Amino acid sequence: MGAEPCFQETFSISGGDFTNAGEVSSRVKKILQELGVATKVIRRVTIATYEAEMNVVWYARKGTLTISVTPHLLRINVQDEGEGIADIELAMREGYSTASPEIREMGFGAGMGLPNIKKNSDEFHVSSVVGQGTNLDIVIRRQ
Amino acid sequence: MTLEEVKEILNAQVIFAPQDLKMEVKMACGCDLMSDVLAFTKEDSLLLTGLTNLQVVRTAEMANIKALVFVRGKEPDRETIALAMEKKIPVMLTDLPMYEACGRLYQHGLPGCSEAEEGSFLSDGR
Repeated sequence: MGAEPCFQETFSISGGDFTNAGEVSSRVKKILQELGVATKVIRRVTIATYEAEMNVVWYARKGTLTISVTPHLLRINVQDEGEGIADIELAMREGYSTASPEIREMGFGAGMGLPNIKKNSDEFHVSSVVGQGTNLDIVIRRQ
Repeated sequence: MTLEEVKEILNAQVIFAPQDLKMEVKMACGCDLMSDVLAFTKEDSLLLTGLTNLQVVRTAEMANIKALVFVRGKEPDRETIALAMEKKIPVMLTDLPMYEACGRLYQHGLPGCSEAEEGSFLSDGR
């Protein structure tokens, strides 16, 4: 599936900007709707991107989200400069969270973020360097 | 169940509705944890929640939640209402606490997200 993307766009995400948190995922949703991607697939993508976007807003100084669309696949890459994740295996466990009370007040920080991204992905890779940042690669099939 | 019925059953006040209240919801979820909403709800659900911040509307947008009911009489702030209007997501407010609001809707036949199938209305008429 090495097809050239027929659409690609990169958005920047600002760490700590709670007012606009979710705006990138909202734009992604609109783009996929315009490209005629199936509603159920869009839902999987936007849930994954929203969780990823919120992680950047909470835990990083800044980040980017790139979406690439090919005839068969949707690829999402999220990179950030931030705290990073010390123990990825632990972070992937449902219910494990390092969230602050502020994050919990917003209805997040239940330890569902990364597991939820994985659940909505067909392929999911996460790598991180503590003190530098985190990289997520998400692939979701269109059919 | 139509939003009109939801409104009557919950004795709710409509804060914002894009058109009339004929819009139907297939199932409902009562939850204050947005991550759990993202993880466990299905499309076209009604979300009952005690959280009233912007993230509730965002979560509804991403998870294709059809309408929002704020419980325990907690009024959303202006920003939250404005975002719901922008996203055309209907918003209602009820004084009932979460358990009672969910219980009343369930009693009237609105199933939960684990019971109802996506894309089809439950027709067994509990």
